[in-house]
Parts: sequence; C-alpha cells; structure tokens
Amino acid sequence: MITARDAGLVACRSCASVWPQDQATCGRCGARLQSRDTGSLQRVWAWWAAGVICYIPANATPMLITRTLVTKQDNTIVGGAVEIAKHGDVLIALVVLVASVMIPVGKFLAIAYLALTLRRGTVQSAHGRQVLYEVVDFIGRWSMIDVFVVAILSALVQLSVVASIRPGPAALTFALSVIFTMLSAQSFDSRLIWDEAQLDGPDTPLPDLDTEPAAPRPDQPQGETS
Amino acid sequence: MQQPTLQDAPGPTRDSDGAELIACPSCDAIYRVQVPPKGGKAVCARCKTVLIRPRRKAGLRIIALTLAITILVTAAVFFPFLEIHAAGMGNRTSLLDIATSFRSGILVLVSVSTVSMIVLIPLLRTALLLYVLVPVVFDRPPARHAREAFRLSQVIKPWAMTEIFAIGCAVALVKISDLARLDFGPAFWMFCLLVVIVVVNDAYMCTWSVWKSLEDRA
Ligand SMILES: [Zn+2]
Ligand SMILES: [Zn+2]
Repeated sequence: MITARDAGLVACRSCASVWPQDQATCGRCGARLQSRDTGSLQRVWAWWAAGVICYIPANATPMLITRTLVTKQDNTIVGGAVEIAKHGDVLIALVVLVASVMIPVGKFLAIAYLALTLRRGTVQSAHGRQVLYEVVDFIGRWSMIDVFVVAILSALVQLSVVASIRPGPAALTFALSVIFTMLSAQSFDSRLIWDEAQLDGPDTPLPDLDTEPAAPRPDQPQGETS
Repeated sequence: MQQPTLQDAPGPTRDSDGAELIACPSCDAIYRVQVPPKGGKAVCARCKTVLIRPRRKAGLRIIALTLAITILVTAAVFFPFLEIHAAGMGNRTSLLDIATSFRSGILVLVSVSTVSMIVLIPLLRTALLLYVLVPVVFDRPPARHAREAFRLSQVIKPWAMTEIFAIGCAVALVKISDLARLDFGPAFWMFCLLVVIVVVNDAYMCTWSVWKSLEDRA
C-alpha cells in the first residue's frame, strides 16, 4: 500500500483520479488539487469556534413561544424536553435531548479530538478515527431537524386566539451553530489522520483495487448483464 | 511503483504498464483500477471507503428517480400537506408556508436557509443531475459545462435536506398532539415517498462511474 503523496502524485478528492504532483487542477473534473489541505486545520477551528459560540445563546434563549387561551410559554431546547417528559412522553423527551444536546456537544468534542490528535498523536487507530469522522460528518445535518420542527409548528399552529406558536431567537442561533459545525467537519482533511501510519516504501508495486461481487440474489441468474 | 509515467496526453497519471489509477479520497492510498461487476463494489483496503459501486442500469434509474423527486418537491411546495384542528378552528399548510414561517426581523434568515435546504437546493441538485446524466445515458456527448455541473451537485449534496425535513414533520406532530388534532393531507404521503426515493437514488449514484463516462465521452 502506498499513498499518492509518497508516489510523488496528487489525488483528486472530488473524482478520485491521480495526477502529477505539480498539477493545479484536476483534468477529469476540474477541482483544485492539493496533496494535503494545508489550511484545513485553521478552517476547522474557525468554524468550530463559531459553532460553539452560537450554541450557547441557542440554549439560553427560547426556541419556541407558545400562546394558548390561558398561557404564554417560552421554551428553551432543554426546557421543551423537560416539558415533554412531564407530560409522560419520556421516550420523546429523550429523543429531543439526544438530537439537540448530546449530538451537538458530541460533535464539538469529536471534532476537537480529531484535530488535536493530529498534532499530539493518540493510541486510537487511524481507522477508528476515520470512522468517528464519518459518523460526525454524517450526523451533522440531522441536527437541523429542530429548526425544521420549529418552522413546521410556527406555520401550522396559527389558530388566532386559541393557540399560536412563534419561533424564538434560539431558532436562528441553533441553525447557525449546526451550519458552522457542518462546515467545520467538511473542512477537515481526513487524509491527515492517516499520514503518520507506517506504509510501504515508494518502490513497492501498486496493489490492485479489491473488488467484491454483488451479493447473490436467488431470483436472478448469475452472470446476467444489461 | 517504479516510475509514474508522465504522458504527453493530458489524461490522469497511469501506472508504468498503463493501468489506470484510483486514489482513495479519505486516506490517499492509490490502487490500480479494477472495476467490480455490476452490483458489486470496490473498497479501499486501508480505510474501507467504498470507491466504485456500479449498478445495473444505474443511469436510467437515477434519471427516473431524479425526475420523480423534482415533481414531488414541486408539488409539496404548493399543496397543503399538514392540517390541524382545535376548538373548531383549522389551519393547513404547504411547504412554502413552512419555509417562510420565520417572518419577524432577523429570524427571516432562518426562513431563507429553510427554503434553501428543503426546496431550492434539492431542486437545483435534481436539475444539475438531469443536465449531466441525460446526455451520458442516451449516448450523446456530455452537455456544456457538465463537469462543473456535476461537481456543484456533489458539493451541495449535504445541504439538500428533504429527508431530514420529513422526519421533522413526524416530530412536530408528536409535539402538538395535546394542543390540536392533526391530519395529513395527501401530499404528506407523497412526501414520505419522496424520502424513500431520495435515499434509493443516492444508493444508485456511483460518482466514479459518472466521472469516468463524462471523461470517456468528452
Ligand atoms: Zn477530479
Ligand atoms: Zn482509503
């Protein structure tokens, strides 16, 4: 196994093709070529800080303002979950807490961990950190669900005096926090995780790509092509 | 590898015997390309990232599914698909109402990003994919700027959040169940279908194969 950089080449992260090291743009897809994204960590930390800063007011100010005939209620994210739990829906309350507190906080910690261990090293394997990165990258978008719920409720619950729901300022700061955290994760160049790993020297022959055949399906004869 | 051949032709670098190379975008390992059989996949031996995953009739299927997504999103924009009733009063709402529900002051920014994430970006992405894939699938030369279009469609992919929005609908229903009675309009079920199609469509898409065919036909 050998990396494109060790072979004196540069890989395109957008289309996976391989080019001479001094080439600036990919000839197949037109993307900018960079053997390692040198500005990656600065951008990761900048977006990360922006995300954390927005996450604080997102928790301190109300997300939903509910008015009914008799009550007016400002709910923060955690307050809303507690409210749901008091109604007896403990499971739903847990889902809300996981989605709006555990996942964002977990993402902040995970990104910080991945960025810090690049410099300091770690006992955790590169593969373990790659998996962690993929999980963070995948799960980031799902935090937007809270903002969408607020949008749905504010549009739907407009029953004049009987009940109405309005979004609070936390809707904006929470949305920004999610967007900034997504940008932070996207800025991370995962190839940096693998760089310390010991590899074969640059003179080893290149391996063939491993291929796996399709899982056999009983309803289809093997070898059929289209 | 002995000497990476720097050919005169402006193609990608090949191995010394002319074999095509592929690099893993996640860990930078390089391999000689072996295209797996249809339905199979090629995986990076170092980090297990799936690099090539060709599917039978993928092009036609993606085009059909992408068309379906375009129609469904457009329909959900205008047709009301959620409805509530409480104390004799009712309200129904379409995707457009929801996306523009943050009306006061600075919260308009949230409206703008919601509209983008659940309507504009998904529709832009389907338009780009159709523009790129239709000529390729019907054996025509690629459309002008097809490379830029396909690259843009890949960049905006994480920001198209239709499936997340659909789960959001379900959560919203639970949240107001003690406040009001809630009905689904027919478009709500259309929307559930949309989520399934989005997920299946992404499973069919092998970016390496698309880039390869764009290059081969150029
Ligand atoms: Zn490229
Ligand atoms: Zn890899």
